[in-house]
Amino acid sequence: MKSLEELAKIRERMQNKVVLREGQANIRVAVGMATCGIAAGARPVLNALVEEVAKRNLTDKVTVTQTGCIGMCRFEPIVEVFDGDKERVTYIKVTPEKAREIVEKHLVGGNPIAEYTIGAAEK
Amino acid sequence: MIRSHVLICGGTGCTSGGSQAIGEKLQKEIDRLGLTDEIKIVRTGCFGLCALGPVMIVYPEGTFYSHVKVEDVTDIAEEHLLKGRIVERLVYKETEGLKMEDVPALGETNFYKTQLRVALRNCGVIDPENIEEYIAMDGYQALGKVLTEMTPQEVIDVMKKSGLRGRGGAGFPTGMKWQFAAGNVADQKYVVCNADEGDPGAFMDRSVLEGDPHAVLEAMAIAGYAIGASKGYIYVRAEYPIAVHRLEVAIGQAREYGLLGNDIFGTGFNFDVDVRLGAGAFVCGEETALLTSIEGNRGEPRNKPPFPANKGLFGKPTIINNVETLANIPQIIMKGADWFASMGTEDSRGTKVFALGGAINNTGLVEIPLGTTLRHIIYDIGGGIPNGRKFKAVQTGGPSGGCIPASLLDTPIDYGNLTRIGAMMGSGGMIVTDDSTCMVDFARFFLDFTVDESCGKCTPCRIGTRRLLELLNKITEGNGTLEDLDKLEELCNYIKANSLCALGQTAPNPVLSTLKYFRDEYEAHVVEKRCPAGVCKKLMRYYIQPDVCRGCTACARKCPVGAISGKVKEPHTIDTNKCIKCGACIETCKFNAIVKK
Ligand SMILES: Cc1cc2nc3c(=O)[nH]c(=O)nc-3n(C[C@H](O)[C@H](O)[C@H](O)COP(=O)(O)O)c2cc1C
Ligand code: SF4
Ligand code: SF4
Ligand code: FES
Ligand code: FES
Repeated sequence: MKSLEELAKIRERMQNKVVLREGQANIRVAVGMATCGIAAGARPVLNALVEEVAKRNLTDKVTVTQTGCIGMCRFEPIVEVFDGDKERVTYIKVTPEKAREIVEKHLVGGNPIAEYTIGAAEK
Repeated sequence: MIRSHVLICGGTGCTSGGSQAIGEKLQKEIDRLGLTDEIKIVRTGCFGLCALGPVMIVYPEGTFYSHVKVEDVTDIAEEHLLKGRIVERLVYKETEGLKMEDVPALGETNFYKTQLRVALRNCGVIDPENIEEYIAMDGYQALGKVLTEMTPQEVIDVMKKSGLRGRGGAGFPTGMKWQFAAGNVADQKYVVCNADEGDPGAFMDRSVLEGDPHAVLEAMAIAGYAIGASKGYIYVRAEYPIAVHRLEVAIGQAREYGLLGNDIFGTGFNFDVDVRLGAGAFVCGEETALLTSIEGNRGEPRNKPPFPANKGLFGKPTIINNVETLANIPQIIMKGADWFASMGTEDSRGTKVFALGGAINNTGLVEIPLGTTLRHIIYDIGGGIPNGRKFKAVQTGGPSGGCIPASLLDTPIDYGNLTRIGAMMGSGGMIVTDDSTCMVDFARFFLDFTVDESCGKCTPCRIGTRRLLELLNKITEGNGTLEDLDKLEELCNYIKANSLCALGQTAPNPVLSTLKYFRDEYEAHVVEKRCPAGVCKKLMRYYIQPDVCRGCTACARKCPVGAISGKVKEPHTIDTNKCIKCGACIETCKFNAIVKK
């Protein structure tokens, strides 16, 4: 170690790798990962979310977790977004592409994508 | 892309419970399920809840699994890691029965909620064998800061202002100790880390070394800069193989990254550290004995003065600091003296780690701000006394400390208060006893330990502690007199005043404090020849409760010396003069009519 800059570089590179362990961030994104969810393709959706969140350096604000069966199996893969006290947003039939869009428009932009939500399907 | 970290405790407690095999099996399961790129296993140091071990925590959810066995691993992998369903039967009891989204993070459970982790901040959080994880947690920033922005005197001033006192037992102000050593001119000075941890039941230093070894190395280098030393030694007992291994790995990595060695951060500052193994004698934790031992001689204390800061290792100015003391230092540098001084009491700043054990629900390591009351530690964090029993006393400071009765439970813990009530901070052992403990026998246990561990160099300690133990034995065997109690006290005061080192000077504390707060128990032993807790075997009496006895005669037929008599279907009685206390009758009675008193 010849300089403080070198130390800072390692620190930056490593920090988003350990941030996971600080517990849940403000915004929590839960992917339904019960048998039906996995069968419907929830795993690629989960991975797309994790990647996109990391790519956009959101790891300290957003936690991506999995959850069990939400009880609406015909709508799987389901992704729910919990943001502080705001009402939760439930997205249905999510694909990896939709997942990336959710990160971009909802998590970054702050605008839920109404047409992907359960509300739109029930109309 | 990693989406989840599984932290498996690799501390001594959990490792002996099989956490190594659990980790290996889990990795296999993760590979089998195709999750290799999504989930990472991290082996950490102790979480502090060793009694629940082996423990595991899954992030980002923060799910805390306890008592995990190899057989449980498949469920954890298939249910939790693959499908996102908590394996309920394994979750820590405080979090049981909750839905995944409602389970409190570990930090919000009663055990952790009011703890404040400073010395332990990285324990159970990072992989201690990966220096980069330490760096991610701001590791080595403090060293960088002192080397590039501060003069040695400024470092010492920060330490003084922080109010940090030594965590190894005596509570000496760290900044002052450094100042003395810095003031001496010498061609070589030394920084020594005391990791001997000889107090039975204490394991905070081991946990720091196992969970966060770089914090200790970083602090030693900071100390070296402050006093002008280029060489450090860590004296650790050989009975701590995991700690020794992690230290060696950490030293190797620090050298590789240029954080130990020559010209650190290109500032021209040189510092290196070596490990020295101790054989585990209690007296070798005493600082002058420790230095003598590092020098290759038999570990016996020396006279003070000269103090080590003037004439220490190999006759050179030396500072000796405890592991936990050191673990606080990088954060004091980063966050400032005022931050540290804002925690604790006027007399004692910061936090202290305690090893909570004995008759308590949550045994383990707890770190709390100084000034917290004993009651809070025992009842809120520790979860109270198990099996519906009654609290009797809490012993702090190990063989040098004393017993604190229920009437003093609201005492805020700091160095001054504990000494005032006849106990001691010591290294932080905290043993809770309930009403099934005999306080005379308890004092005897500690004396037994000091008699064994006295190095023998000085007479008051060598012979005095032995005489103390003999008196205690006499009392527990029912042969004591009231004069013996006075003799005990007199001898205690003599040993305190005349021993060479603090081992002897503090050895009478367990006796003095129990005599002070539990004199009635001593008196019951000598006057009534009775052990109120029913522990001292020689004083025990077998007694048949007349209202419970059915007069079945089973016990009378079983008694080998014919001490039991009575008519059929009428309550029986035991002749205590004939009874040899074999216990055969108790086992025979189907109605639990016979009790030991
Ligand atoms: C018998 C005896 C045993 C001791 N054992 C330890 C020990 O295991 N670890 C420790 O740090 N200090 C121990 N000490 C205290 C040391 O002598 C010394 O005060 C301490 O290491 C100084 O470091 P500190 O100022 O950071 O606490 C012991 C003292 C005595 C008298
Ligand atoms: S065995 Fe129990 S019940 Fe029977 S006589 Fe003895 S004490 Fe009484
Ligand atoms: S303890 Fe043994 S000797 Fe005493 S009464 Fe019971 S059986 Fe008899
Ligand atoms: S050793 Fe695992 S929690 Fe202490
Ligand atoms: S061994 Fe230290 S006082 Fe005797």
